Amino acid sequence: MTTSLLIVQILNGLQFGILLFLVAAGLTLVFGVMDFINLAHGVQYMLGAYLAVTFVGLTGNFLLGLALALAAALLIGLALEFLVFRHLYERDHLDQVLATFGLILLLNQGVKIIWGAAPLSVPVPEFLTGSVRLMDGILYPVYRFALIGSGLAVGGLLWFIVEKTRTGMLLRAGASNASMVSALGVDIRKLFMVVFAFGTMLAGFAGAMAAPILSVEPGMGDTVLILAFVVIVVGGIGSIRGAFVGALIVGLVDTLGRSFMNDLLRLFMSAPSARATGAALSSMLIYLVMAIVLFVRPEGLLPAKGRS
Amino acid sequence: MTEPVLALSGVRKAFGALRVTDGVDLALAPGELHALIGPNGAGKTTLVHQISGMLRPDAGSIRFRGAEITGFTPEKRARAGLARTFQITSTIASLSVLENVALSVQARASHPLALFRNAAYDEALNRPAWAAIEAVGLTERAHVLAGRLSHGEKRALEIAMALTLEPAAILLDEPLAGVGREEGERLISLLASLKGRYAMLLVEHDMEAVFALADTVSVLVYGRVIASGDPAMVRADPAVREAYLGEEG
Amino acid sequence: MSLAPAPADVALAEAARPAAPPRRRPLIAILLFLTLAAMPLAVSLGVPAHWLTLVTRAMIFAIAALSLDLILGVGGLVSFGHAAFIGIGAYATGIMITEGRSEALLILPVILAACALFAAITGAVSLRTRGVAFIMITLAFGQMAYFLAQALSAYGGDDGLTLYERSTLAGFKPFANRTSFYYVTLATLAGCYALISTIVASRFGRALRAARENATRVTVTGYDVGRIRLVAYVISGMIAGLSGFLLANQTDFVSPAFISWQRSGELIFMVVLGGVGSLHGAIIGALAYLFAEDVLSGWTEHWRVIFGPLIVLFVLFTRGGLVGIIGKLASRFGSRRDD
Repeated sequence: MTTSLLIVQILNGLQFGILLFLVAAGLTLVFGVMDFINLAHGVQYMLGAYLAVTFVGLTGNFLLGLALALAAALLIGLALEFLVFRHLYERDHLDQVLATFGLILLLNQGVKIIWGAAPLSVPVPEFLTGSVRLMDGILYPVYRFALIGSGLAVGGLLWFIVEKTRTGMLLRAGASNASMVSALGVDIRKLFMVVFAFGTMLAGFAGAMAAPILSVEPGMGDTVLILAFVVIVVGGIGSIRGAFVGALIVGLVDTLGRSFMNDLLRLFMSAPSARATGAALSSMLIYLVMAIVLFVRPEGLLPAKGRS
Repeated sequence: MTEPVLALSGVRKAFGALRVTDGVDLALAPGELHALIGPNGAGKTTLVHQISGMLRPDAGSIRFRGAEITGFTPEKRARAGLARTFQITSTIASLSVLENVALSVQARASHPLALFRNAAYDEALNRPAWAAIEAVGLTERAHVLAGRLSHGEKRALEIAMALTLEPAAILLDEPLAGVGREEGERLISLLASLKGRYAMLLVEHDMEAVFALADTVSVLVYGRVIASGDPAMVRADPAVREAYLGEEG
Repeated sequence: MSLAPAPADVALAEAARPAAPPRRRPLIAILLFLTLAAMPLAVSLGVPAHWLTLVTRAMIFAIAALSLDLILGVGGLVSFGHAAFIGIGAYATGIMITEGRSEALLILPVILAACALFAAITGAVSLRTRGVAFIMITLAFGQMAYFLAQALSAYGGDDGLTLYERSTLAGFKPFANRTSFYYVTLATLAGCYALISTIVASRFGRALRAARENATRVTVTGYDVGRIRLVAYVISGMIAGLSGFLLANQTDFVSPAFISWQRSGELIFMVVLGGVGSLHGAIIGALAYLFAEDVLSGWTEHWRVIFGPLIVLFVLFTRGGLVGIIGKLASRFGSRRDD
């Protein structure tokens, strides 16, 4: 393994972690504030990507397409909230899991009907094409830097909202004690809707931003959803900071594991068996990390305050 | 003097800067009914939680039947013979009274988790369970689901469950809280009938009941025991009157 | 000790005790098994033969759903990774048959051991958490098993593994014939039902049920709730492994798709569809689910577009599952003593 490859893979891991963070942040927020487990959150990510495909195609302009895709993703999310989710807040987790599972079946298949089963893609926008030369022999695509940058910016904004504004204060209070928030005279329904809309936007944004570098296909949200669960569990349920740290850990471990596990194993075993074991081990790696974290700290690395 | 069943020495617990248990020493003699009183927020329930193992003290030691149990889990303490009831009644709502008590009997049986034998018709469990149910006066209600019981009946059920653990000591966390007058009187006479047979630590707000039942009274204020002794003596203690009884009357 | 009264008092006291309510017989369960047993006869009388295969498949999933009901319904633990056990059972079967060891008496102990091991390890970790975290972690472990299966390149990897022969059972070939396969599956299902019912009614089952409702109470009564749940989780996983063995033999094929998280979700839906915690509900739920899938997928390849919303509507508007609905109907048309 070379240093340049290592640097590139660390950047890839960061970029993957940032994507995961955007998805996990909404999920953990919705769960923390509303005690609502939303499996359909991954579908919001997928919809963001598909809507980006459509709107970027229609307008021919990436930024305009992105904005329209976000707006459309928000509308769909609010419609789902109105039709289904708000009837589930009072139910137990089993009901929530099942109903949102039903939505996944519907939306995954619906996407297949509308856009077809074949993978689609979005062209990288003109102004973000090309690569940056980091050092001798290491080129890294501008778009991926943009993705890392915009993800960090959104993360910063999120931190600001949650830590420094009144809404954020209510969110944090709600995460540890929902009845107290309603005792403060806050319309819980409205707060829930804002939180939900926000989470939806984040997932949609992640999907739209991922569209130019990943293939857009039905079911793409499911994989991300499960990884986002791992992120949340590792970071601590309901905690934005935990989601950030967890996302980076998962992104880096997964990316580095996939690229270097073979080389690492080849130190001990023959090439073919290293390849076989490496493939199995690297795909299991993040789950092993999760298991270890849970074994040591069942409440996650950075649990939200007031939650145990 | 006989060796105490339960002895606390220098028990401390803080939540952040708040010292909820501030160096408590307490001894419970065999067969003694020891009442623990104190104003709201004095740390009574927190102390009971530490004795039953649901909270771990920051410092100090808890000895039970001569053995150090400070590090024991709640289930280990229960198996050692330390039973408790809860301030908010805690029973299994979807099981009948008989099954609730049998669950408790079963915990002390030789195969508490036998996988294949039917438990509902197991006389080895039901016989002691009936005895405890009769002791607390719930015979008529034995096949009623615990969730359907009145508040006072749930308290009595909790006591029956505690009795079947063959406890050396019972912790009673406000057994009279939220119970009506008539049921309250029935519970007081139930506790009186158990007096002398079990060592009991009774946390209670109802002063009438406390002074009618207790052999010893300890007063907890801001996590400290400010007085302990004979009920009449405690009642006369000026510090107690000021800190606590004064508020009442 | 002081609780033991004199013998004369005991006789008096026993006379005063109210009679226990009559033991409830699960009438639906008996009818259900009778119907299932009569199924091959119905086929010989003209019911489409395709149904026999379908019901066999449904019973295989019913075994898995039943095992899930033990932890989900009885124990209150929403495990979202239960398909992993079907997968372990199916892969153990597939791999051993491929390696020339097709005797069930060799395969089954391997499956039971592998499932018990996987359940013990993943259970020990996931049971450290409660509620939503438990759901997420079991989901993640299920996914881990999925990727592991995908990485088994020697045994088909992503494409799955086709089996060119079926298992033998003590030298006989009950899996080669559709009707005998049906009866072996039915017998396994009935055996699992009897086993799990017995466990639920036992001392262990009572403690498990009680812990679902009030773990604190069970703990201060002197039980190690974590250990009780872990044992239930292991038993449940082992039984689900059996369904994997049957599934591999019926489909002559094993693939990572057996372990996909959608499969785990479907299993949960079967349990809820039938009625959580009632055991026979899980069987009814599995039958209903596979029939619905069969009918809907006959209409359109996009049947999930119909099925997804059906799940949502079912969750929003019904309580107690099919068993609850049947019970309500029965009491409406039956005696009204309870009203």
